Amino acid sequence: MKAGILTFPGSNCDKDLGNVLREFYGIEVEYLWHTSAFAIEHDLYFVPGGFSYGDYLRSGAMAAKAPSLKSLREASEKGRVITGICNGFQILTEAHLLPGALIRNDSLKHICEWVDLKGEGEFSFLPEDFALPVSHSEGNYLIDPDGLQSLEENQQIILRYRKNPNGSVADIAGIQSANGRIIGLMPHPERAFFPAMDYNQSLPIPGKTFLDRIFARV
Amino acid sequence: MHYLGTATVKFKQSVLEPQGKAIQLSLHENGYKGIELVRVGKHIEVTLQAESIEEARSNMNQIAEELLYNPVMEVCEIHVEEIQAK
Repeated sequence: MKAGILTFPGSNCDKDLGNVLREFYGIEVEYLWHTSAFAIEHDLYFVPGGFSYGDYLRSGAMAAKAPSLKSLREASEKGRVITGICNGFQILTEAHLLPGALIRNDSLKHICEWVDLKGEGEFSFLPEDFALPVSHSEGNYLIDPDGLQSLEENQQIILRYRKNPNGSVADIAGIQSANGRIIGLMPHPERAFFPAMDYNQSLPIPGKTFLDRIFARV
Repeated sequence: MHYLGTATVKFKQSVLEPQGKAIQLSLHENGYKGIELVRVGKHIEVTLQAESIEEARSNMNQIAEELLYNPVMEVCEIHVEEIQAK
């Protein structure tokens, strides 16, 4: 199995993600730089966190127009599983691969902490005490009432905050496309794989518990 | 022909605009009376060549929709005027 990780000037979670994919899933990882289109020869794709293009204009706006995104769109048309994490989620909304937008946290502060999360739909198997780290300034998910209704009806909301840290509509922390092939998350599963990353060691590995379910869709 | 296109991008009224809120707070703390609301937006200038002002306007509208603003959270006003070549 082979994963493609899209990278942009300012990506900074790409290496962490690649390391856990290699170490915990034993798969090949290829980094895909923003300036080129790529052949759709990977089993799944990730758009990692960071500050693509310095977050100029709007978070994710410039990255959404990069040549590599044209290929990612092609991959989505072929039904490949695509996961955007944090800035990756912002990029997927700016590229209209997922609905809505992510705006400034209502606290006006950058948040860097572990948050308690509730899985919905296919992710409702997640344990009661499930948590992942977040680190963002623009994680406040915004969508109009019709869009929200459509997300709810199609079971596109996959993760909600148990205690809303950023003002997101309906406590939304993660969503998926109507066909379930494109996933956008503000929390960082790749930052929850090693005990040194400060998770409760009596639990199963939180990041892996989550990503296993993504891999099950491939 | 040369044109100057300007895009004024503002957050929708319903969307929190943190810079304006911070400026408003600062003005209040500095004793300015009667300040009701401060909102910060973006002013984007684009100089472009086109055959006519209609074409320039159409090009500006296109880039605005494609990149300059996000209709989920923002509104955008476009203004285009002819300028002298530099």
